This record gives sequence, structure tokens and C-alpha cells, in this order.
Amino acid sequence: MDAKSWLRKALGRGVKSPQRKSLPDGVWLKCDGCAAIIYRNELMRNLWVCPRCGQHMKVGAAEYVALLTDDGFEEEIAAGLISADPLKFKDSKSYKDRVKAATAKTGLEDAVVAGSASIDGVSVALAVMDFNFIGGSMGSVVGEKVARTMRAGLERGLPVVIVSRSGGARMQEGILSLMQMAKTAAMAARLREARIPFLSVLTHPTTAGVMASYASLGDVIISEPGALLGFAGPRVIRDTIKQELPEGFQSAEFFLEHGMIDLIVPRTKMRETVGRVLRHLAAPAPVAGE
Amino acid sequence: MLNPLSDFERNVRDLQAHIDELRNIAAKKGDGDAQVVNAALENLVSQTTHLRSRRYANLTTWERVQVARHPERPHTLDYVDMIFSDWVELHGDRRFADDPAMVCGLARLNGRSVAIIGQQKGRDTKKRIHRNYAMPHPEGYRKALRVMELAQRFHLPIVAFVDTPGAYPGIASEERGIAEAIAVNLREMAVMDVPILAIVIGEGGSGGALGIAVADRVLMLENSWYCVISPEGCASILWRTPEMAPAAAEALQLAAPQLEKIGVIDEIIPEPAGGAHANWKEMAAAIRDRLQAHLDELLELSGAELVQRRIERFSSVGVWHEKEKSS
Repeated sequence: MDAKSWLRKALGRGVKSPQRKSLPDGVWLKCDGCAAIIYRNELMRNLWVCPRCGQHMKVGAAEYVALLTDDGFEEEIAAGLISADPLKFKDSKSYKDRVKAATAKTGLEDAVVAGSASIDGVSVALAVMDFNFIGGSMGSVVGEKVARTMRAGLERGLPVVIVSRSGGARMQEGILSLMQMAKTAAMAARLREARIPFLSVLTHPTTAGVMASYASLGDVIISEPGALLGFAGPRVIRDTIKQELPEGFQSAEFFLEHGMIDLIVPRTKMRETVGRVLRHLAAPAPVAGE
Repeated sequence: MLNPLSDFERNVRDLQAHIDELRNIAAKKGDGDAQVVNAALENLVSQTTHLRSRRYANLTTWERVQVARHPERPHTLDYVDMIFSDWVELHGDRRFADDPAMVCGLARLNGRSVAIIGQQKGRDTKKRIHRNYAMPHPEGYRKALRVMELAQRFHLPIVAFVDTPGAYPGIASEERGIAEAIAVNLREMAVMDVPILAIVIGEGGSGGALGIAVADRVLMLENSWYCVISPEGCASILWRTPEMAPAAAEALQLAAPQLEKIGVIDEIIPEPAGGAHANWKEMAAAIRDRLQAHLDELLELSGAELVQRRIERFSSVGVWHEKEKSS
């Protein structure tokens, strides 16, 4: 299967496929871990994990939906939400232009895609973040789409899976971005009351406002190996404590060692692991609307 | 960083010194002279007040940030002392430690028992270090949650005083799960069935502030700020230098009047002429009045209604465009 039809399949029926891919073009790709030059199709078959060094390459949302689900999205959730510019924010570039550039670069409407899907045979409400869209940052649209994904799970009695990959809250929407943390956490509270399983999958990198809200609230939290996880960015910490950070600090392995996550699972085992966990938690199937 | 208010404050302080000097002279001189001196005194006093009000009526966003951080501004425990009675401080998260950057306890507001949580700044260098500059570690948020759960169990309203540059970004914070501690507070505060009032008294720095501010009513003092990131942090990232903090503060719209316009806070409590630090008692009295008024309204609601409205409030925040559905 060529990359294009594979992407189309990933996004499922009736869902517009992104115009551009988040990985560089070309038949050969360089691993961001060991710098080995690898045949694109070989990488793709290995779910964008380097066959030489095991590096989990930073893939876009479309690729991740494809590798995690059985058959892409069945139906998109909260499609058509576009970032506004409530603060008329401008630094070296206006926020409006940043959103436009990100849309052109990724073909996405914002930094998360969501839909109903099947993972290893289990029906779920799924949201997957994309780092190429302004660092996967959470503004109003990301917060709303994540919240609506959770609401879909609540209303349809579907387990919720959220794959995070984000630098944190989106500065350009100021306080409104901060409030998305409360919004998504409130929905997580509702899921918890309703005993709907919520699984949080962490990928490289997941930090700050996203880590300090829904990404940390999964009933089960699974990370890809080697992912950078944390509250503050390493640079901020280094500037605060004025000393070098220990090796492996803020990695998925560091989080596991300190009891903050349940599991580290390689991408090649992610689909079956998510399926196995959900089958434990969702059996017997809850009755919707009860 | 240079404080743009310091020149102004120096001038006011000089005026104040003149006033004190004249008072001394008046006290020593005879009656006739005293009348002349007193007239001059009155003139100076009214000039000072006028200067202060005029200066503080036209603060830039960046200047407001400076007022919010003013070293003489009242801190959480100062307000606890001035507004409440019967204070009992409660320590520790029962998991790891007691965090002096977060204070918690029980007290009475006009006779009614409430639980209080809040970040605490220090007044001098030694105390500032002890309080870790009001930047809590995970155990601070977990202590706050423990006391909030206690409040919920005994039907006590919760009052949160927000005053932090942010949660502490350090190795120990990450080791003990600062992100998880804040996230859990956000989730649990959303569904507490007792009234929660939050008031930003100085700095509302990011998740570290929100971690105790998922409330039914969010109030702000006139010269406080509340934002997703500090102006310095934003400037470092987007402008690549913290020197651009004044521009970042403007762009982020983090001052109380701007936030009221955006609609994420419920009320601004005006500060006395010259800011909260110029008149602690007047500031405390105003806060007491507004806390009581909001609490009276919230106490009319059942626990279920409170939770329903609180979730609705935070669920509806955000601005976006929605494309028409194509099919």
C-alpha cells in the first residue's frame, strides 16, 4: 500500500485526509535517534519505530490514528472547530498567521483529531494530538475537542482513549487556554463518576498544561518509551535550579520509576495493549444511558 | 528587572517625608505657626492622595504586574488575620511533607466556619525562602486537596486565596508528580458539593494558580494578574528574551479588567488609592464584604446545583469558529 492510500485508510470513510504529511517526503528517511538512513516503507511497516535503535519517531495524528485503530475513524467527533483569535495576539508573528501556517503545514484544523474508532476490536471515543500544529498546544479548540470526545464516551457508553503529544497550553489564547485544563478535568470527573474507562496514552513530548490536566487523569496511563514527560520544560527547570539535570530526567522511564504512570509500551504493541486493558475494564459492557 | 513604579513610589515617599517633617515642626512650634504649618500639611496630604489615585488609575498592564508583586502587598495570612476569626492552621498532605508555600486551615467568616487554602509569600528574604516564593511543590496541592475534602465532608464552604508565580519547576516537583497533583485538584474541585470561592490577591501564575481555583466564583483584586504563563516566561519563549515581558503582559491580557472583559472572572474588587499595599485595612474590609455577599448567594444552592453550575461554567469557556456541517 502506498503512503497516500494508507493515510486515506487511516482517516476512515468520509473523513477528509490531510493535505500534507507530518514526516518529510522521500523514499529514505533519517532516524532522529541514531541517524541511520532507513527505507521509508520499512519504517512505515514498523510503525515509525527505528528498526536499528528503537527510536519512536514523532509522527502526526493521522499516522497515529492509523497505527492505533483497526480501521481509522468511523465518524469524526467535533470536526470543523477552528481557532479564533480572541486576544488579537501578536508577537513576531500574529496568532492568525501561525494558525494558517500550521493548517497549511499539517492539513489539520487544529492540534487534535477525534472520532469514534475500534482499537483491537474495542469501540472507543478517540482523540489524538499532533505536535506539528503549533507544538500540539492546547487552546480553546483542543480543549473543546478533547472535552467533546469525553462527552461522546459518556453519552454513548464508550471507553475514552486520548493520545497526547503537546508542549502544553497555547500562550496565544492567554487565560482561555488555561481554562481548558479545568474544562477537560471536569469532563474527566464526569467519566469517573459514570465509571467509563479513560485511558491516557503519552507520546513524545507531553508536558505542561496538557500533562497537568487530562493526560495525567487516565484510569490507566501508558507511555511510549523514551518520551519526554513533565510539568515544566527542561530549560525552565535548569534556569530555576541553576544546575544540570540528571540523565534521563523527565523521561517516560523516570515517570515509571517514580510511580506516575502504569506502563511503558512500545508503539508496535500499543494497539493490543490498549485493547487488553480496555477489555478488562469494560467487561461486562456498561449499558449506555443508565 | 526594573520596576517602572519605583520612581513614582520614591516621589510619593519623599512627599510623605515632607509631611512627617512638617508634623514634627508643627508639634514644636507655637499655636500661630502651627496653623500655617497645618494648612500646608493638609495641602500636601491631599496632593499625595490625588497623585496616588491618578497614577494608579492609569496603570499599564506591566505596571499592574509590578503592583501585584509589590513587596508590601498583603499576603494570604495577612488577609486571614484581618478578615477571619478563630483561625486554626492545618499542616501536611499525609503523604510526604508539609509545604510552607501553601497554607490551609479553618476559620470563621462573620461567624461561619469555612476552610481556607492559599499560596503564601514571605515578607523578608528568610521568609521568602521558607515559603519558596509561594511556589508550591506537589505536597502543597495535595495538602490543599486534603483540606478541601475535609471541608466537603463537614459541609464547610472553601475560600481559596491565589497568589503564586506558578507551581515550583524543580527536580523534586517532577519526581513527586506536580502535574498529577494539579490535574487531580482540577478534577476533584469540579465535583465538590460545597461552595468554592477563589480570589486572586496578587499573582495568578498558570496551572499553579488554577490548581486551587476551580471555583463557583472567581474574584480578582484590581491590581492582580492571572494567566496561562508569566509575562517573563511568555517573553522568553515567543520573543526569545525576558526583557520583552512588558509587551508579553500586554499581549496576554492578564490584568483583572481585561479578564473581566474576556468573561473568565466574576468580579473585580477595587483597591484603595495607591493599591492594596497602601491601605491593608480598607482592602481587607472590601474583600470581607464581597466574600460574604458571594457566599450568601452560593449557600442558596444545593450541592448538586453547585457542581452542575461549576462544571457548566468551566465547560463553556473558550472561543472558536465552528464550520457548518457539510452533510
